[in-house]
Amino acid sequence: MPATLKLEALVDRLTASLGTSLVAHAVAQGEVSIVVASVDITKVARLLRDTPGLQFEQLSDLSGVDYSTYGHADWITQQATTQGFSRAVSHGQANLQTPSSQGRFAVAYQLLSVSLNQRLRVKTYLNDDPPRVASVVEVWACADWYEREAFDLFGILFEGHPDLRRILTDYGFIGHPFRKDFPLEGYVEVRYDPEKKRVVYQPVSIEARTLVPRVIRDDGRAPDAVH
Amino acid sequence: MPEIRNMTLNFGPQHPAAHGVLRLVLEMDGEVIERADPHIGLLHRATEKLAENKPFNQSIGYMDRLDYVSMMCNEHAYVMAIERLLGVTPPLRAQYIRVMFDEITRVLNHLMWLGAHGLDIGAMTVFLYCFREREDLMDCYEAVSGTRMHATYYRPGGVYRDLPERMPQYQPSKWRGDKEIAALNSNRQGSILDFVDDFVARFPACVDEYETLLTDNRIWKQRTVDIGIVTPERALALGFTGPMLRGSGVEWDLRKKQPYEVYADLDFDIPVGVNGDCYDRYLVRVEEMRQSARIIKQCVDWLRANPGPVMLDDHKLSPPSRGEMKGDMESLIHHFKLFTEGYCVPAGEVYAAVEHPKGEFGILLISDGANKPYRLKVRAPGFAHLSAMNEMVQGHMLADVVAVIGTMDVVFGEIDR
Repeated sequence: MPATLKLEALVDRLTASLGTSLVAHAVAQGEVSIVVASVDITKVARLLRDTPGLQFEQLSDLSGVDYSTYGHADWITQQATTQGFSRAVSHGQANLQTPSSQGRFAVAYQLLSVSLNQRLRVKTYLNDDPPRVASVVEVWACADWYEREAFDLFGILFEGHPDLRRILTDYGFIGHPFRKDFPLEGYVEVRYDPEKKRVVYQPVSIEARTLVPRVIRDDGRAPDAVH
Repeated sequence: MPEIRNMTLNFGPQHPAAHGVLRLVLEMDGEVIERADPHIGLLHRATEKLAENKPFNQSIGYMDRLDYVSMMCNEHAYVMAIERLLGVTPPLRAQYIRVMFDEITRVLNHLMWLGAHGLDIGAMTVFLYCFREREDLMDCYEAVSGTRMHATYYRPGGVYRDLPERMPQYQPSKWRGDKEIAALNSNRQGSILDFVDDFVARFPACVDEYETLLTDNRIWKQRTVDIGIVTPERALALGFTGPMLRGSGVEWDLRKKQPYEVYADLDFDIPVGVNGDCYDRYLVRVEEMRQSARIIKQCVDWLRANPGPVMLDDHKLSPPSRGEMKGDMESLIHHFKLFTEGYCVPAGEVYAAVEHPKGEFGILLISDGANKPYRLKVRAPGFAHLSAMNEMVQGHMLADVVAVIGTMDVVFGEIDR
C-alpha cells in the first residue's frame, strides 16, 4: 500500500536526520508519531522545520497532556470484586495500566508540511516539578499562544517564551484546571452580591457526581471491526 | 510643548464588532495601532475537560457548541477521530450525507461571515440578503436532526438517520395568509433532496447579488484592499489554515490534499488569493460558496440514485431500532449498555482534521481503552488566526481593526472552547 510506504519513508528520513534525539517512533492509524527527549526539543524543532525531506513549516497544534491517571477506571470489570460497584462518585479504584514511567506530563506537537503534504506528531515527556520544557516560539511563531494555553491549563513552563501569561482562565485564577487532580466542578464560583454591589467569589456549591462510571473493557466488547 | 503619550484603548468585550466576547487592549499612537493584545477566554467552558468526563457519544453535542456557526463540521472531526481509533468506516451513503452537510455548513458559515463582516464595515444590506438564504439551510438542518443549529447529527459509524422523504412545510397561522403559505411551501413539496436541489439551482444567482453589492463597491474596496496583508511564508509560520492561508496564495485544502470521506470522487476547484489582504480573502470565501454549491449538487445526484444504510449495523456501536429493542432481548441489552455505559475505544492516539469553513479543525484524541476519552484536544483554526492579530493590525488605523477581526472570521465558541 503506497500510503504506508510513504509513512515508512518518512520514518526513515526522521531516523536519519534526528539521530540519537529520537527516543521512539510509531506508525498507527496512518500517522507517524515520535518521542523525543525534552532537552532536545528546540534542536529537533529546527531540524524538523529546516531539513529537506522533512520541511514541517507549520505547527498545527500544541497540547499538554497529564498522564497521571492513565488507565485508571472506576469499576473493576475483569473479575468479581468485594467492593461492589460505586455509584455517583469516582474513586478510580481499578488501576489497570501503570501510567507512563517517562513522566507525568507530556507536550504533543502536531506538525504539518504543506510543501510535502505530510504530518507528524512529536511528543516529549516532562519529569521535573514544575514541568518545564524549552519554548519553540523561535521556530514556529504560532507556538506563542499554544504554549500560553498549555501553561495556563497544565502549568507547564515554557522556558524562553517571551510572554508566558495565562490566556483562557479568568484574571487572577489559581491552579491549572486541566490537570487530572483538579476537580471538574472547580473550587470557586462567582455570583453578584447585591449588598456589596459587585461580583464575589465563593466556594463551589455544586457537588461532584459521576453519571457514567469510567470503565476499561478489553473483553471483546469493543466493536467487532477492531478484532 | 506638552508631552505626547501613547494612548491605551480598551475594545470590547461587549462591542458589536468584536464578534462575541473579544477584549482587545490597543496601544495607539494617535489613530495608528502600535500594539494589539487580545484577551480571550471569556467564553471558556472547558469543553475538553468536560469531554474527558463523559462517554464518547455524549460529547458530540458539545462539538456543535464550539464553532457555533458551523456545527456539523465540528462534529465531523470528532466522530472521525473516534472512527479511526475504532477502525470502522461509515457506509458510503453516510459519507455522502456528511459531505453534503459539510458543504451546507460551509455555505452557512460563509453567509454568516459575509453578513457580519459587511455589517462591521458599514454595509448593512448584505446582512439581510445573507440571512435570507441562511434560513433555508437552517431548515435543512432542522429537517434531518430536528434542530436548527446544534444538530448532533453525525455519529461514530454514520449519521443519526436517513434523509427525510418529506421536507417539513410552513403551517397556516394568523400571521400568514394562505397565498403566502403556498408561496413559501412551493419548493417544499418533495423530499429534502428536492429542496436542496432547488436551493443550489438558485444559490449562484444569490451570490451574484452579494457580489453586486460589494465586489466593485468603492467603499468596500477602500476598507479591505491592502488591509492586513500576510505573506505566504508568514501565513504558514503563524499557523494560518483555510481561507486565511489560501487568501495569501498558498494552495492548500485538506479536501484536495488529504481527502477524507468521498471528497476524492467529487469535482470542485480551490480558489486562492494573490495579495493576501482582506479583499482577497473576501473573494476566496465568496468563490468557495459557489464551489460548495457545486459539491452539494453532485452529492444530491448521488444520494438520489443510491439508497442504502446510513449507519453501521454494529450494535456495539450504534443503537438498535426502537422496534427491535422492544421485541428482542439481545437488542435490549445492547441498547441498555450503549446508553448507560457507551462503548470502549481501543487505547491509542489519533489526530483527525477536517477542512472546516474557517480552516483546519482538528481533534487530538488520546484513549486509554476506556468508555471516555483520556485527553481530547481541539485544534481550533480561529485560535491560531487570532494570535496573529497583533502582527496584522500593527501600523493600521483603529477602524481597520474591525476589518481585520471580520476577515479572520473569529467565533469565540471555538477559540475559547
